Amino acid sequence: MSINTKIVDDLVANDISFVTTVPCKQLAGVIDEIDTRPGVLHVPSNKEDEGMGLCAGAWMGGKRPAIIMQNTAIGVTINTLATLIQYYRMPLPMLISYRGELREPVACQVEMALHTKALLAQMNIPTYHFHKQSDAQELDMILKYTFMCNKPVAILTDANFWGGYGDQ
Amino acid sequence: MIRSDILKDIAPILRDQLVVCNIGLPSQELHMIDDQPTNFYMLGTMGLSSSIGFGLALAQDKKVISIDGDGSVLTNFGTLPTIANNVADNFILLIIDNGSYGSTGDQPTYAGKRTSLAAVARACGCENVVEVPAADTKDALQAAIDGDKMTIIVSKCESGNIKVPVITMDPVVIRDRFMKAVQA
Ligand SMILES: [Mg+2]
Repeated sequence: MSINTKIVDDLVANDISFVTTVPCKQLAGVIDEIDTRPGVLHVPSNKEDEGMGLCAGAWMGGKRPAIIMQNTAIGVTINTLATLIQYYRMPLPMLISYRGELREPVACQVEMALHTKALLAQMNIPTYHFHKQSDAQELDMILKYTFMCNKPVAILTDANFWGGYGDQ
Repeated sequence: MIRSDILKDIAPILRDQLVVCNIGLPSQELHMIDDQPTNFYMLGTMGLSSSIGFGLALAQDKKVISIDGDGSVLTNFGTLPTIANNVADNFILLIIDNGSYGSTGDQPTYAGKRTSLAAVARACGCENVVEVPAADTKDALQAAIDGDKMTIIVSKCESGNIKVPVITMDPVVIRDRFMKAVQA
């Protein structure tokens, strides 16, 4: 089974039926896989804070949401995480492409990578880092944990997890 | 008419609908005029009223009215293409456009100058966009509710605020009673 299939199977098995995305090259396969699942409404958003608003509404409407985005989005969404998702106590699994980590080819991506875990820690957001594909075995438990505690939870997936870029 | 006059005017229609209300004075005014469990008050997060309401409309069948402001739409322009391209006919976006950032002291917005939010919404692909003077908001809103088509209403009004108390209800209480109203 491909890692993309496994990830989306876990989303579906946890009743996630509303997914919003701001794409990343590393996440392209997961997003394609989501579009093959009729039980999941995929609504692309233009910015990640907008996407979190959509997820908040979808959850209040009875659908379990998830957002798929890059770690650069942490810089965009701090206020939304604090004053919407956390303040109203809402669950939000965040599947995050962790750019700027090992096997990253683009130097600028390292700049936000350096802040990513510190910001998530500062926000008291439970954070998991998938570095190799076997780490994804925990995804099902992480999703259950997210909807148990009604919190935003970050799942960072780095380039090594996705198999790197060519010869990097 | 100023925003609070419009809210007073439309409160009897809003009463039976799911309403997501914009941060700051709009929520405080609606809360004072006619607090309902069907109202979701935004206490923070400027700009996301349309996104929260739209997500809610996509997730269930009841009608949803997002009350937004010109300043808030300007801060989340990306919402309009998303709304246009994922049509939900149970969604109404009411933009109360007073041409100013009302909650922060009525600083002018670009919507009060050269930028037409109705024209922007149309350019983004939204099909049912109506711009009305403040006094016609109630009729336009009722028509949108009766119409079963996704509608964006831009209601042009004067800027100005009334004295209102802040909302002291706990956010989780607001959210919980709103979710019960959604399920009812
Ligand atoms: Mg305004």
